Amino acid sequence: MTLSAQPTRKKGFGRQEGAAHVFLTPWLIGLVAITSIPMVASLALSFTDYNILGRPTFVGWENYERLLGDARFWNAAEVTVTYVLISVPLQLAFALALALVLDKGVRGLTIYRSAYYLPSLLGASVAVAVLWRQIFGHQGMINQILGYFGVQGENWLQNPSTALSTLIVLNVWTFGAPMVIFLAGLRQIPEELYEAARVDGASTMRQFRSITLPLLTPIVFFNLILQTIGSFQAFTPAHVVSGGTGGPVDSTLFYTLYIYQQAFVNFDMGYASALAWVLLVVIAAITAVHFLLSKRWVFYGD
Amino acid sequence: MAEQTLERPRAAAKEPRIPDQIESVSARKVRRRNSILRHTGLIIFGLFMLYPLIWMAVSAFKPSHLVLTDPGIIPTETTLDNFRRGWNVAGYPFAVFFGNSLIIAISCIMGNLFACSLTAYALARLNFRAKKVYFAIVLVSVMLPMHATIIPQYIVFSNLGLVDTFIPLILPKFLATDAFFIFLMVQFIRGIPRELDQAAWIDGAGPFRVFWHVILPLMKPALVTTTIFTFIWTWNDFFGQLIYLTSPGAFTVPVALNALVDSESNQGTGVLMAMSVLSLVPILCFFAFAQKHLIRGISTTGLK
Repeated sequence: MTLSAQPTRKKGFGRQEGAAHVFLTPWLIGLVAITSIPMVASLALSFTDYNILGRPTFVGWENYERLLGDARFWNAAEVTVTYVLISVPLQLAFALALALVLDKGVRGLTIYRSAYYLPSLLGASVAVAVLWRQIFGHQGMINQILGYFGVQGENWLQNPSTALSTLIVLNVWTFGAPMVIFLAGLRQIPEELYEAARVDGASTMRQFRSITLPLLTPIVFFNLILQTIGSFQAFTPAHVVSGGTGGPVDSTLFYTLYIYQQAFVNFDMGYASALAWVLLVVIAAITAVHFLLSKRWVFYGD
Repeated sequence: MAEQTLERPRAAAKEPRIPDQIESVSARKVRRRNSILRHTGLIIFGLFMLYPLIWMAVSAFKPSHLVLTDPGIIPTETTLDNFRRGWNVAGYPFAVFFGNSLIIAISCIMGNLFACSLTAYALARLNFRAKKVYFAIVLVSVMLPMHATIIPQYIVFSNLGLVDTFIPLILPKFLATDAFFIFLMVQFIRGIPRELDQAAWIDGAGPFRVFWHVILPLMKPALVTTTIFTFIWTWNDFFGQLIYLTSPGAFTVPVALNALVDSESNQGTGVLMAMSVLSLVPILCFFAFAQKHLIRGISTTGLK
């Protein structure tokens, strides 16, 4: 119907519904079978009691009521929010600072960029989590080095008040990815603006405040969203470093680790689905708030 | 932005060149001093950042009694013992886990290249009614946490008897579930001049021929980026492989490594470091060969 509805268009430039849907077939199947139906099913499951062997039984809001009284749920939420609130700003600050230094026409840029980027490439791996477990272990590298200075090191991973910090350090260490994006953003700022500012006698600080920062806000925003969403879903380091327990005393019980335990260790699928949906709603809400707030501080030029 | 350069267009004009005769000797000294200071800072900071990785690589070659006593990176004794002991420690030779990881990574790459390029072409170039809606769905699904869908997916695959096979890890890629790559490719195709494919349309080529003969060859950089990122993400993936692969013969490198950690007390840190280093070698190789594409890929997605 669509082709004939536009007889005046040149052949091939009208609607291409048929062809498009052939191209889109894999994606559409995936969207329905791998994304949409499971999403709805996950919501439905969250109102049931289901241990994968029997049949799901409908329990109404029971899982959500259970959440409210579940100390481990609140603890996992607190651990995760703490992790995001501390590590993301630190990570972005490092990323921006290093990008600014590297943008000043440093010789050997490629080497520095690669070196700083490498940790973010490896940071998500089990291997680096294993390394972290060693570094911060009781006889680990950190304590050996502290020993040189006569400082008696902590048992970082066994102490509930320091265990989470080691994971925060790991996340901050992977600032290379946002740094590369900042660098690319800095390259987009027209050189003429700086030339004009220099002619007007603006200081370096002033140039940064009045040119660099405003023009970079879309990139800051992009990195902020990306890293926030990513950090909320961190799993591997917490799992490996704590041996899957989230210990000591649940101090590294990331939210995703709690979902994992409930779903794939206890096979409490209904409750785990409720947990997953809370995460989905929280991430969606945070992203929406970011977008709303962004109207106040993100500067879209041209 | 087909071939986006990462260098500032007028990089040369950045610091107005003052001929040497005019620039005073003291100004030159100041500039030189600043440059040395900056490089020193950058190098020290870089070493500080890479220190754990270097230490891991060196520890893999240290005899076990030195690993836990020597935080230095210049080994006094070296040995291959850690690798020899670690290779067979998980019940299977590590080669099995490498093979499994490789099969999954290559399949996922093929899936993403195939499904995401088809989708991206339709979204970037073809005219159809739901286009805007579909593209919005792609954007939203980039941000969708996997936890919202993983539980029902697991239940379905489990009921189909597919847990402990590679299918749950591979099949979704052939159905373009990695929306990030669709987005990347759409952005890339939009940067290809429309005249190129319109000329082919006018010559009577249909959408499939245009896609295959014109667009696909032109979007090679985007395909390379997709390949590299899919490889690295699949190689690093832990959550999916942990829940779907249950028998040691099906383990991938990360899952095997994790299992090795649980028996750490018997193995010793040296063995763990050796196997960790080995597990990173493929990523490091990819990085060494594809560094430029990788950086370009990650920076272009951050723009526009």
